[in-house]
Amino acid sequence: MVENFAISLRGLKKTFGTTTAVDNLDLDIASGEFFSMLGPSGSGKTTVLRLIAGFEQPTAGTISLLGQDVTASAPFDRDVNTVFQDYALFPHMNVLENVGYGLRVRGINKDGRNRLALEALETVRLAQLGERKPSELSGGQRQRVALARAIAVKPKVLLLDEPLGALDLKLREQMQIELKELQRELGITFIFVTHDQEEALSLSDRVAVFNAGRIEQLGTPRELYENPASEFVAKFVGTTNLLEPDQTQLLFGVSKRASLRPEKIRVVETGGTQAVILEVSYLGAAQRLLVKTDNGVQLTVLATAEERVFAREQTVHLQMSATDLVSLEP
Amino acid sequence: MRLSRGARVTLGSVAGVILAVIYLPLLVVLINSFNSSMNMTWPLPGLTTNWWARALEADGLVSAITTSFEVAAASTAISLVLGTLLSLALSRYRFFGRQTVSLLVVLPIALPGIVTGIALNNAFRTMLGLQLTMFTVVIAHVTFCIVTVYNNAFARLSRMNRNLEEASADLGAGLWTTFRLVTFPQLRSALFAGGLLAFGLSFDEIIVTTFTAGGDTVTLPIWILNNMFRPGQAPVVNVVAVVLVVFSALPIYFAQRLTSTDQRR
Repeated sequence: MVENFAISLRGLKKTFGTTTAVDNLDLDIASGEFFSMLGPSGSGKTTVLRLIAGFEQPTAGTISLLGQDVTASAPFDRDVNTVFQDYALFPHMNVLENVGYGLRVRGINKDGRNRLALEALETVRLAQLGERKPSELSGGQRQRVALARAIAVKPKVLLLDEPLGALDLKLREQMQIELKELQRELGITFIFVTHDQEEALSLSDRVAVFNAGRIEQLGTPRELYENPASEFVAKFVGTTNLLEPDQTQLLFGVSKRASLRPEKIRVVETGGTQAVILEVSYLGAAQRLLVKTDNGVQLTVLATAEERVFAREQTVHLQMSATDLVSLEP
Repeated sequence: MRLSRGARVTLGSVAGVILAVIYLPLLVVLINSFNSSMNMTWPLPGLTTNWWARALEADGLVSAITTSFEVAAASTAISLVLGTLLSLALSRYRFFGRQTVSLLVVLPIALPGIVTGIALNNAFRTMLGLQLTMFTVVIAHVTFCIVTVYNNAFARLSRMNRNLEEASADLGAGLWTTFRLVTFPQLRSALFAGGLLAFGLSFDEIIVTTFTAGGDTVTLPIWILNNMFRPGQAPVVNVVAVVLVVFSALPIYFAQRLTSTDQRR
């Protein structure tokens, strides 16, 4: 392989007993990319991350880091660093010692590592908390310390294992923005594991959707959303209406298995398909309607809030176009 | 859960009686060590510090205390090293026979001392052809001292976040550095507690010691046993018993305090 990808996985396989966690995976991640691995729990995404970090040994296959085969290397010999889901801060060290740990084991003297640790802490805007113990920090602060500790040693690749999972919504949104900025600033490759599809879509250059140890689909967030390759991806990335061939026949006069995004269906004054509202959920910026058309197809419709106020058992007219149907492989 | 007044009084009384049965005899020993009557008659005819003075000069007593200290210190040191290694192996690695090893390590503390004693005596003398010395006593003591160290360390390691060690390796630390900078600091108080218990166990052990000590290795408990029924020595033995109680109680007290402060953290 001539081109130096940040990470290249070839035929990667990991089994635990009789279960296959990662099944024959090929994947190239470019340098400087913000790459997400998205999937439900147990889909193998975290195992891939642990294989890249070196915490697990693959059953088969190779892992290359910048063109160099590191499959057999120990974690401490790999130029990648991990931000753990539970942060894994050393409880007996203060924040500055935690962040300086990687520098300490590289034999950098105390002045040098304190200076570099402080720099890393400034990047995450926590420079004033160096003397605190991890137990004296809030969840968001711990998460930043974990981030600072991982970037202090200037790795080529940063692995993030659901780093925002334990934070509340507000903080999570704020940290998403900071992560994205940080990645742009440092220019290093981020490999981000999450089960939150919104998070994956909003942050990543590319996303790999994992299912049962395999990649279902790999693409930009837009590609995944607009052109899901399978039923699994269509359901997992965003919400959608999955239509059977007989249903598309009734609605559009074409017969195929297809996905139709709720926001592609418009509620209009007259014409179109008639339907009765079964449920209304008010979402603030929008309203989600569960409707049943005259010909008996149940659909989820997303209507922007200002359009009008909807109520159960009300009759509405729906406009939808066959061009918005995304065919799914059987 | 709220208890009725009757239940509280009953349970309190039972607890009081049990504690009294355990500790009153010890108190009697303490008082008797100041009893001016040679035959320890009740009530005390008078008080004297005579026995304490005599104890200091008693034949072989100081050397017995030294021996016990040496045996306990050596057993504890060896147990700390082996117990720590064992707990690391059994908590951090999965291998064939792991459960069996764990059982075999803990078993000696439950085995009757007399069985351990006879078995080791046989093994040392008949099979290995060793002379019974202080060294054989230390080996014998390690077989059960290791259990307290192992149990404490293993419990701590199981509660410890495994990600900490992975994070350390991830940041570039090798196995030894990770142990020194991350695992050991987390383990320290557990090892200290386990070590104190091991020291206490070894210091007052008598049965296994009897079978594994040579004639010139006289530990404190053996000295007491030898002197107890000798004419005129009973009051001196009382003094030694008091000293022994204090020395055994202190490690337990500190071990408990350490464990409870750890739990509060």
